[in-house]
Amino acid sequence: MNALPLLRIGDVLLVSIQTELHDELALRFQRELAEKVADEHIRGVIIDISALEIVDSFLGRVLHDIAATTSVLAARTVVVGMRPAVAITLVELGLSLHGLRTALNVEAGLRQLGIRRLDVSGEAR
Amino acid sequence: MSRVLAADTMPIRSEGDIVGVRQLVRQHGAAAELSLVEQTKLVTAASELARNTLLHGGGGKVEVESVEEDRRRTIRLSFIDSGPGIEDVELALTDGYTTAGGLGLGLGGTRRLAGEFEIDSVPGEGTTVTVRFHTRVRG
Repeated sequence: MNALPLLRIGDVLLVSIQTELHDELALRFQRELAEKVADEHIRGVIIDISALEIVDSFLGRVLHDIAATTSVLAARTVVVGMRPAVAITLVELGLSLHGLRTALNVEAGLRQLGIRRLDVSGEAR
Repeated sequence: MSRVLAADTMPIRSEGDIVGVRQLVRQHGAAAELSLVEQTKLVTAASELARNTLLHGGGGKVEVESVEEDRRRTIRLSFIDSGPGIEDVELALTDGYTTAGGLGLGLGGTRRLAGEFEIDSVPGEGTTVTVRFHTRVRG
């Protein structure tokens, strides 16, 4: 069973975290994502966290570790849609998330991965 | 003059309870009309401390209380466990100090998020961490 739905568009995986994750689910998500990146030769991952009202140090570390793991697997991860209040809180908490790529929204995240537009058939260009 | 507006207690026994604590605390924050940033800090602090209670205290409970006092509201969270306690509280508050393999930001980071922070720990008996978040004085 998937921890979260992973939508594949070309060689990019798009994941939108819509529910609050408990810790075990977050770790399972991390494992499944790494396996999928390796098995399916994914080169970019976009994680949309715009629905999340908080990111605590545990989830922050999971996001950081996902980015580090996919990087070792030759894929780039971009975390998109972080709410300003979440960003302020993370910094105050002391979580700097060095090396984590971020973008304001999915579109900007795709641009960071070098993808200009997606057509309706779901093919990345 | 202070008036208790709402008071709740919730057990912390599993990871699912950490999510439950966040939801309970979020309701208190919304009812007190905390600003969005303050509310985010409140819920994040609750999540960090609930995890500490579970991982370090072996489980316990949280008390959440909303109080009106001097034209402002205060939300008090007390995380109570009867676990092993903390030998060196100052050390435990240092960023990067961890005994659970985490980032070691839970206590020190939470102290920065909260308006007020108190820790009361007796080795062998348990730990109580209390944080308070205040709204601005109204009118």
